[in-house]
Amino acid sequence: MTRVAILGATSAIAQEVARLYAAERASLFLVGRDEAKLAAVAADLRVRGAQQVETFLADLALRERDEALAAAAGTPDVVLIAQGTLPEQTSLESDPRTQAAVFDLNATSVMVLAAHFANVLPPGGALCVIGSIAGDRGRRSNYVYGAAKAAIHAYCEGLRARLVPKNVAVVLIKPGWVDTPMTARTKKNALFASPESVGRTIKRAIESRRAVVYVPGYWRWISLVIRMLPARMVKF
Amino acid sequence: MTHESWGRSIPSSPAHVLDVTWASDAPRAQDDLVLPYGRGRSYGDVCLNNGHTLLDTHRMSHLLAFDENAGVLTCEAGATLDDILRVVVPRGWFLPVTPGTKFVTVGGCIANDVHGKNHHRAGTFGRHVRWLELLRSDGTRLRCAPGDELFRATIGGLGLTGLIVQAEIQLRKIESSAIVEERIPFRSLEEFEALSAASDATYEYTVAWLDTFRARGLFIRGNHVLSGPAGSQPVDGLRGRRSSKHLPVAAFSPFLIRPTIRAFNAAYFHGTARPEPHPVHYDPFFYPLDAVANWNAVYGKRGFLQYQFVIPEAAGLQPVAEILRQLGDSPLAVIKKFGALESPGLLSFPLHGTTVSMDFPAREPFLPLLERCDEIVEAHGGRVYPAKDSRMAPERFRRFFPQWQELQLHADPKFSSSFWRRVMQ
Repeated sequence: MTRVAILGATSAIAQEVARLYAAERASLFLVGRDEAKLAAVAADLRVRGAQQVETFLADLALRERDEALAAAAGTPDVVLIAQGTLPEQTSLESDPRTQAAVFDLNATSVMVLAAHFANVLPPGGALCVIGSIAGDRGRRSNYVYGAAKAAIHAYCEGLRARLVPKNVAVVLIKPGWVDTPMTARTKKNALFASPESVGRTIKRAIESRRAVVYVPGYWRWISLVIRMLPARMVKF
Repeated sequence: MTHESWGRSIPSSPAHVLDVTWASDAPRAQDDLVLPYGRGRSYGDVCLNNGHTLLDTHRMSHLLAFDENAGVLTCEAGATLDDILRVVVPRGWFLPVTPGTKFVTVGGCIANDVHGKNHHRAGTFGRHVRWLELLRSDGTRLRCAPGDELFRATIGGLGLTGLIVQAEIQLRKIESSAIVEERIPFRSLEEFEALSAASDATYEYTVAWLDTFRARGLFIRGNHVLSGPAGSQPVDGLRGRRSSKHLPVAAFSPFLIRPTIRAFNAAYFHGTARPEPHPVHYDPFFYPLDAVANWNAVYGKRGFLQYQFVIPEAAGLQPVAEILRQLGDSPLAVIKKFGALESPGLLSFPLHGTTVSMDFPAREPFLPLLERCDEIVEAHGGRVYPAKDSRMAPERFRRFFPQWQELQLHADPKFSSSFWRRVMQ
């Protein structure tokens, strides 16, 4: 039986990944900050077949419960780090101190918890982190969010190298636009992917122990072009 | 995601769309008139709220509890029948009632009090709802059960009594995911009537496909297979469909003219008859059209109408024959006998009698024709199905469903729909 720990378990993408593990009768450890939402997710996963579901309440941005979380999570086989927030860029610009909160959740909490699980994951285990194509290039519309994602990209690269001898995979997912509550404000276009399809890709990426996976796959090529643009041309 | 209705004959233009993601923090009272929206599978305008606010419930889809021994499932209203089947079929349970697509939400099944091929045995979907939770615009959450007036108003209540948040449903036990099917050709409405009378006592599912041009068809009947492995995976070599595909079906719309419709119907009549009992997976048996996710696009930009009426048993088949004569060729027509079980909702559509549903491209000649058919339906004490309507006259609706006044007493003052405003004019 696979034991899976999911941080940010009420996120739409995390829920889809969790449903796939539940259907395989995995045992799940879910972390979220809203009790009622976490209870709905846990109930759903039980009905869908999870062997066992445990929940742990924590606001990961505050990092107050990191140690208790580490103790409660025990030694999972797979860890999915999915917490994140995408605030409106303009509000971050008018109150610069709020940028720190974006980093607290999207970068610092990810790195601290990744470091913890890196030490406890067994050989053959996998640590999966949700990054973003926004981390590939700083853009006017979301560069604070993008900067935090860029931080965890570099972090995952180094951690992956460190864990090679332990045979623990570090899988970095870089989703493009996904139709989730996080992007509710964004006008939808043909490049938007469904959380269900993104969830399936993530599960496959974990199983095949990939290093970096763009979802959907075409973002790999879009990103390649955007990354090759000279800096003075990045005005979008 | 667009928020159209399935027939696409009425443009959808909500002023706002609010996502309802969590049952625990559903949007509170709005200044605007709201209408819950599930998967947009109603054909006409009961799921539209043009100029006002839609509450999109597709994310509020958690399955909350499943008692495997009793077959009782609790879920949020945005869960689809597909979500439920995936979980319950492998454990030996099935939906108590299912319409012809599994891509509908539980909330929509309740609000339209839908029926299926087993109406003569099981009645409507609403009969199998043990309770439901309603969130009213003043913030109160009410749990309603059979016997409560608000329950009766909400079943078939067209989404007007408040936001259905969750519901508990009694499932039906199965031994296998397969159905033993028979597809028997018939060549007149009288033959259909005789087949129905002979089958309804011994077959759980009966329905007939109709070639309206020649008043012939295929009588399709089936029962759940009584033994064998449950599960959505191979059953006696049978497989369900893995997924439903988007196909470029719009390219066919210029061919929806009388000669091709007649040729198609003739080919279907001769090609798919199979009177000997044979096992099929439940998926193609109940949901043949779900194989093409966007089959509604076949009717092109102007969309299509589906006309479904019921004629009470006492009136016999003559009014049905008269309406079929009036309407002529339909690319897809279905006929079924509704049973005598009472529908639990105030505005439930089914009556003991004969129901026919027919698709038409949304083109001019049909509107006055349908108006004439409404007259025949009304003269014989029948009614037309609001879930599929986009054109019936307001006075007609109010005569079909005199209970509308009672529904209005229970309706939430902040809930409305394009349909409701149209028929209240």
